[in-house]
Amino acid sequence: MSNIQSQSAEQPQFYLEEDHHPEGSTNLGFWLYLMSDCLIFATLFATYAVLGRNYAAGPSPADLFDLKLVAINTAMLLFSSITYGFAMLQMERGAKQETLFWLGITGLFGLAFLGIELYEFYHMIHEGATPQRSAFLSAFFTLVGTHGLHVTFGIIWLVTLMVQVSKHGLIQENRRRLMCLSMFWHFLDVVWIGVFSVVYLMGVVG
Amino acid sequence: MTTNSTSHEDAHEAHHGHSHGHEAGHGSFKSYMTGFVLSVILTAIPFWLVMGDVLDSKVATIAAIMIIGAIQIVVHMVYFLHMNTKSEGGWTMMALIFTVIIVAIALIGSLWVMHHLNSNMMVMSPEMMKNLP
Repeated sequence: MSNIQSQSAEQPQFYLEEDHHPEGSTNLGFWLYLMSDCLIFATLFATYAVLGRNYAAGPSPADLFDLKLVAINTAMLLFSSITYGFAMLQMERGAKQETLFWLGITGLFGLAFLGIELYEFYHMIHEGATPQRSAFLSAFFTLVGTHGLHVTFGIIWLVTLMVQVSKHGLIQENRRRLMCLSMFWHFLDVVWIGVFSVVYLMGVVG
Repeated sequence: MTTNSTSHEDAHEAHHGHSHGHEAGHGSFKSYMTGFVLSVILTAIPFWLVMGDVLDSKVATIAAIMIIGAIQIVVHMVYFLHMNTKSEGGWTMMALIFTVIIVAIALIGSLWVMHHLNSNMMVMSPEMMKNLP
């Protein structure tokens, strides 16, 4: 009996050595999820890189893409990244209203991005450049559409967290959730760098 | 058992305080602004190169887009995602390195294989048709 007692008394030292911090493991786990998401995008990028020149006598990127629109879109996503950063800084200070304000601004920029992208898709499909038209367009809609879907779910997540924060305040759980969404949101911006470089800019250059 | 759980919590507390110390890498106003300004510049350059038709050679333009894009990804990783070699005992960096390797294999491998496949899919001449087994 005394043996067990002494054993359990020694255990705390073991816990000190091991990193068993619940918040820390969430961050690492979420990071691993992002890396697996990165692999999804890698396969879609590879598909686009292989099929992106197969127009099937249909429209080419230079015919379809309006770079001014893409530039505005890129700016929207970049602004939303920095405003999310401001939200995180306010969260660190423990300022609930300011955090909610910046999260709201981030959501609006995200919605603007989605709106412009949907307008672009609508315009392309209206001109007959549907995903069925050519291998290039199939790959394009899959890649850019997957990114757009991620942004959509990011906005849903953002609104959910805004409700949570306004109801329960900046408690430990909400801070952890905001941290995860922060990583997700910035990750989507990183993927968008690949999209505008590889799909839009290199597509127009030819 | 009670002593165990309390000292366990103590350990947690100690670790908590400690982790807040070095997770100050959440970023400051200054680091976010640095990242933002760098990103704006690194986004503007490739758009300007393409929209203004600045460079004569296509290859040079594409190379510039790719290099600047890669730099911007690193800027985002450092200033927005707060990547460093220390967080989570280096495991986030390990996961990132592993992912980068897999991504490189997927991209380069696909392009390489499909390029060779395309070059081998020559249009058949009637002569070749006749010689088919």
